Amino acid sequence: MTDTVLSSLNSALHQALSANDKVYLLGEDILDPYGGAFKVTRGCSTAFPNRVIASPISEAGMVGIATGMALRGLRPVVEIMFGDFVTLAADQIINHLSKFRWMYNDQVCVPVIIRTPMGGRRGYGPTHSQTLEKFFLGTPGLRIMAPTSFGDPGGLIFDAIINTEDPVLFIENKLLYPLPLKNMLGDPDFDIISTMDEAPSYYVSIHGAPSASITLATYGYMAELAQKAMYRLAYEYEVFAELIVLTQLAPFNLSSVLESASHTGRLIVMEEGNLTMGWGAEVIARIAEASGSKSIQARRLAAKDYSVPASSLLETALFPGEQDIIRAGLQLTGKQKE
Amino acid sequence: MDNISVYRSLYQIRLFEETVLDNFARGVFSGTTHTYIGQEANAVGVLCQLEESDIVFSNHRCHGHFLAYGGDMRALFAELMGKATGLCAGRGGSQHLHWKNFYSNGVQGGIVPVATGMAFAEKLLNNSNVVITFLGDGTLGEGIIYEAFNMASLWHVPILYVVENNHIAQTTPVEMTLAGNIRGRFNAFGITATELDTSDVLEIMPVAKSITADIRSQQKPQALILNTCRFSPHSKGDDTRSAEFLAEIKSTRDPIMIHGKRLPEEARHKMEQEVTQEVEAAYHKAVNDPFPSLEAFEE
Repeated sequence: MTDTVLSSLNSALHQALSANDKVYLLGEDILDPYGGAFKVTRGCSTAFPNRVIASPISEAGMVGIATGMALRGLRPVVEIMFGDFVTLAADQIINHLSKFRWMYNDQVCVPVIIRTPMGGRRGYGPTHSQTLEKFFLGTPGLRIMAPTSFGDPGGLIFDAIINTEDPVLFIENKLLYPLPLKNMLGDPDFDIISTMDEAPSYYVSIHGAPSASITLATYGYMAELAQKAMYRLAYEYEVFAELIVLTQLAPFNLSSVLESASHTGRLIVMEEGNLTMGWGAEVIARIAEASGSKSIQARRLAAKDYSVPASSLLETALFPGEQDIIRAGLQLTGKQKE
Repeated sequence: MDNISVYRSLYQIRLFEETVLDNFARGVFSGTTHTYIGQEANAVGVLCQLEESDIVFSNHRCHGHFLAYGGDMRALFAELMGKATGLCAGRGGSQHLHWKNFYSNGVQGGIVPVATGMAFAEKLLNNSNVVITFLGDGTLGEGIIYEAFNMASLWHVPILYVVENNHIAQTTPVEMTLAGNIRGRFNAFGITATELDTSDVLEIMPVAKSITADIRSQQKPQALILNTCRFSPHSKGDDTRSAEFLAEIKSTRDPIMIHGKRLPEEARHKMEQEVTQEVEAAYHKAVNDPFPSLEAFEE
């Protein structure tokens, strides 16, 4: 059976529970036979009944409990059932969890992982479809990560659970779960290079293509759409792009994006959250500051500044899609009028 | 703990806090402060019987708790002054302390699940430690504490919730903010709550001792509601209560006066002089301590 993002994350949770008896899982409805709303914790409570804890519907309380557990040497992993509910725990994340290490002068560490599925395109409507990580980006002391189907999403979370000393908000786009992991070495159409560090970036280019004239930068499920769009840009329009897929959003490390955009001179940043004050705005600001005298043309693609509608026609129009990426690529390279 | 040691502990807190208030206007301290004057019997009564590895999580009004826990006055003065020798090297300030198993934070209700999680961890790790966390009556308005009470009861967490009801949240009387009663809030979650209305440390000590022992042996949460009086303003100069009211509570509910009467006058004076010298020495050391370097930001 092919590994999917879901099976990779699920195996990683099993492995982490097995590797270290300080690891605990907390969440709503995570026990078997249900195994969590998206099944990421399936089997964990059967294999480790004492370390998988069913929580009341108390997102803030649960993050607080996990923070206290971590201060006393445990390594809790909290599941927030829908990313939309992470705002309930905002005070815990911002005023407690992320603060303790710094404000206590590095005398403590708080290794809590908060995993949560974000994202729309499933018709769940305004409060079960959002992409809210932008509200936590830039919170000092908080690392934000997002797996994709590139590389090893399970390895990413396993490493975070076992090795982190600081809190991590781990954003899992819902549409990634059923996707098979990418063939990193033998893909006939794409060359994929990993930076091989603990939160790798992936450089994706069309196999055998001339040097790229445009850089696409994104994370999570948008990387899937970007990869499809770059294929069509190459084969239908002879516009060659390089796609940078990030797995760590904060703290910002944009060296891979800067390197690529410095060569291509054109950058499109893409996210599923609402446009205004989003991740992409900060990426472009930082790239502009770091690019020196070199001019880089930039464009943002993001969800329109409305709540996510339930109706599929409206929802599709709200989020940036493959066609939007192609259009932006053609406009930025002068192949199509604005 | 003998009577004179108990008095020393009460008196030290009083003098420390008065030194803070007296010198605030001179610009020695930075930021803000919330002093514990009038409530000293609670901290001393509850904390003097802790085991060394027990854990304390306090709130914005934490100086008294910290000193009763055994904390160092110079390090606390220095933290309030933003000095490098402060408990957290000046990063935390008055409300954000950590030393050994003592922690405090400046956001009220949010402390409660964190303290509960600590106690839960101690249980899971098969330690016999108890966590004591302090809440004020004002904190009862923040919903997250009820999530924590629920989980503490559900999971048999060894924690003591101490509610210090000083009947005023900043400037708002408790009658304007609290429906129902405090004990009922705990009872609703199956948590036993004991209530005292006293400023006599010797009334608080045995009750706190017996409750803490029960929590340790039974591995279940309990609450201790301490009706008390705050003499000082919420922070600095923001007291809206009448002079008559303050004079009344100071004459009837002063823990220093109540317990001090039990000591021979000569011994009490001698000890007061010792503590005065210690507080002054700690203050002057902290005043002369260096400020932190900017290296913290170089990463």
